[in-house]
Amino acid sequence: METIETEHGRVRLNPHDVMLGELFVTDEGVELEVVGLDPLRFEPAPQEEEDWGE
Amino acid sequence: MTLAGTARPRRGRSACVTDEVVMVYDRLRTEERMLLAAFAREGLPVRAEYAPDLTLDLSEDGPERAVVLGRCVSQTRGLALARVFEARGWVAVNRAAVIATCGDKLATSAALGAAGVPTPRTGVALTAEAALRLCERFGYPVVLKPLVGSWGRLVAKVENPSQAEALLEHKEVLGGPAHKVHYVQEYVEKPGRDIRAFVVGGEVVAAIYRSSRHWITNTARGGAASRCPLYDDLVETTLAAAAAVGGGVLAVDLVESERGLLVIEVNHTMEFRNSVDTTGVDIPGLVARHAAGQRELLA
Repeated sequence: METIETEHGRVRLNPHDVMLGELFVTDEGVELEVVGLDPLRFEPAPQEEEDWGE
Repeated sequence: MTLAGTARPRRGRSACVTDEVVMVYDRLRTEERMLLAAFAREGLPVRAEYAPDLTLDLSEDGPERAVVLGRCVSQTRGLALARVFEARGWVAVNRAAVIATCGDKLATSAALGAAGVPTPRTGVALTAEAALRLCERFGYPVVLKPLVGSWGRLVAKVENPSQAEALLEHKEVLGGPAHKVHYVQEYVEKPGRDIRAFVVGGEVVAAIYRSSRHWITNTARGGAASRCPLYDDLVETTLAAAAAVGGGVLAVDLVESERGLLVIEVNHTMEFRNSVDTTGVDIPGLVARHAAGQRELLA
């Protein structure tokens, strides 16, 4: 596991096992979504949308 | 030359069948990680595809056919992809028709009702005025639900006509067309809990109680999970509900009422992170084996 500094905060992850769409929470509690792998990029995870569900 | 109306060979039959189960997802949550780990543990080949990156040309078959395990949190995306993959001759673990039924509470209620599966009394009205009459007929409190959605989102317990009027006015003014189809359900007194039963293929593999002081008992809303035994009535009602919507990998939510078990809804992209340790059942492992077993349908 490594600590990655993103523009939205720090996250801990294994950079060799990250997948697109994966969710991480920064040490300040912000939920981030992986939107790019090479280079690794994060965006704040989208809020729940109307058609989300089980 | 192909003449209009002439039958053409069934699509996708020239594409090679792959051993991999293709798990299509749009958010990689705990459940999707658990599924990938289960495939690896079972030695079953799997490939994860990120749905937002996919481009699917309907005019061509593509190079392969496979079993697709839909895990999109967006029901719109999940249904769209299942339709395209099925058109290409793939096998969807939950078929598009099942997704369409489970993703719409009214369609679910209609399917359950047609199959004689016990449910709370449910009705639909297309205007606020008619919905108020329906609420009066059912007797307050009633429950108003959106047709689409999960986790108790926008579900309202309505105690009296004033509340109903206010809520229906909001739905009429602020909501899109789907919010103007008013889905009304009787409020069922339950013993501080409901039941979620997990179906994989034709088998009920596990069940949990979801307990809460709040009348909405979803674990996503803080309901606590505990193991529920698989007793005959529960298994029978759950399987009847699963069959009514077309079967597959499903989570059936039920309430214990004075009239016996009533089915509230059926979920086609089930969450199970709180249920594996609680029940001791390897739900993702069972899903992985079931998905891999669907490969024989590709032949």
